[in-house]
Amino acid sequence: MSPTDPLAPEPADAIIAAPLLTARGIRKSFGDVEVLKSIDLTVPRGNVVALIGPSGSGKTTVLRSLNGLEVPEAGTVEFSGGDVVDYSRNPTKRQLASLRDRSAMVFQQFNLFPHRTVLENVIEGPVQVQKRPKAEAISDARALLERVGLGAKADAYPFELSGGQQQRVGIVRALALKPQLLLFDEPTSALDPELVGDVLDVIRELATEGWTMVLVTHELTFASHVADTIVFMDGGVVVESGPPSEVLQNPREARTKQFLHRLLDR
Amino acid sequence: MTESLWDLLLRSLLPIVGGALTGTIPLALLSFALGLVIALGVALMRLSRIRVVSGIARVYISIIRGTPLLVQLFVIFYGLPSIGVLVDPWPSAIIAFSLNVGGYAAEVIRAAILSVPKGQWEAGYTIGMSRGQTLVRVILPQAARVSVPPLSNTFISLVKDTSLASLILVTELFRQAQQIAAFSQEFMALYIEAAVVYWVICLVLSSAQSVLEKRLDRYVAH
Repeated sequence: MSPTDPLAPEPADAIIAAPLLTARGIRKSFGDVEVLKSIDLTVPRGNVVALIGPSGSGKTTVLRSLNGLEVPEAGTVEFSGGDVVDYSRNPTKRQLASLRDRSAMVFQQFNLFPHRTVLENVIEGPVQVQKRPKAEAISDARALLERVGLGAKADAYPFELSGGQQQRVGIVRALALKPQLLLFDEPTSALDPELVGDVLDVIRELATEGWTMVLVTHELTFASHVADTIVFMDGGVVVESGPPSEVLQNPREARTKQFLHRLLDR
Repeated sequence: MTESLWDLLLRSLLPIVGGALTGTIPLALLSFALGLVIALGVALMRLSRIRVVSGIARVYISIIRGTPLLVQLFVIFYGLPSIGVLVDPWPSAIIAFSLNVGGYAAEVIRAAILSVPKGQWEAGYTIGMSRGQTLVRVILPQAARVSVPPLSNTFISLVKDTSLASLILVTELFRQAQQIAAFSQEFMALYIEAAVVYWVICLVLSSAQSVLEKRLDRYVAH
């Protein structure tokens, strides 16, 4: 069924860990602007892949193509053991749902449900979608909230929380789904500087626990500590990718060097 | 003279309030409830990506808003019988008022749905919800809060508009007042009395609106 070419080159670390998710040839235009020009991305199981690059480079669009929030014109996304979702052939609702069943997302703007309490936010997916017993979902949710230091906030409404607390709820809401893959879309970009640390701590902990994650971020220092693979994008293409020690410390490409310099010069 | 006028007003209060309780209020409540169901359907049709579907909704809204309610009422009660469809006064009134509310409230509900940030839909999708599930569990509760003030206006207008049903022989508040006025020839006094009763009903509704708004306040960020 899967049209995987056995001769297609795989990234080196794919040999160590089998890929959980493979995306190939993702192309996307908004009007006349081609924002993604055939992107390939492999996410090995248990790895953290960080997408970095200047704003407008298309990294968020790549991330959103992995769960069908963005529907590219072409390209395939495939979870190991799952269907190949081929965007050039109008994927069915069921196929998009299969991507979302296996993944969960943390948003830049949190996107918590404002009319539900913290606990209700967290159990919504497990109870309403996954049809897990409510009591079990609640005790799981409470344990997760406890872990991120928000056990006392279970009955609060989102507007009663700080941005950092809301984002930790956002992370817990994603974890409660027990997804195979966690997607983070600039999770700290909307936060006040003093609140960034708490959220990054949680993400770092998840990385050490072995969660598979794709992370769009501007926090390069954080990415260098937490990521197994850094993917540097610019102008809708992957310019360079590899372990942080290569891409961030010894970049090969001029554009990567330029980008890193600009950030370090600030 | 003055004595008997007060007496008349006092004696007519019972049938007028009775007309409100058995005519105006049930007519308004029933038509509003049915109207909201129609409005939700029309609003969703209007938001559909299928052109024919949104086009039908657009035409419906345009007709309802572009023609007088009195004309709509007369078409159903006096017009339909000439093509062989007889509808009694009460059903005629309910059909006309529901269709009317359906047209106006559809635009309110559509705007309220559109006012909910796109990120809320996306959050629903990423926790695995379908479009319908997200609509019902995430979007509509938030849209409801936004639409309480404009829908309250629609309802208050409707309560007053039900007086038009007197023209198709529905015995409601205003028709009671008319009949007593015609009989006693005290037009000024009785029409003002009717006006006062409408006003009191609307005062009660306005305060109910603010209570409802406060209760739903937790649905919005401060």
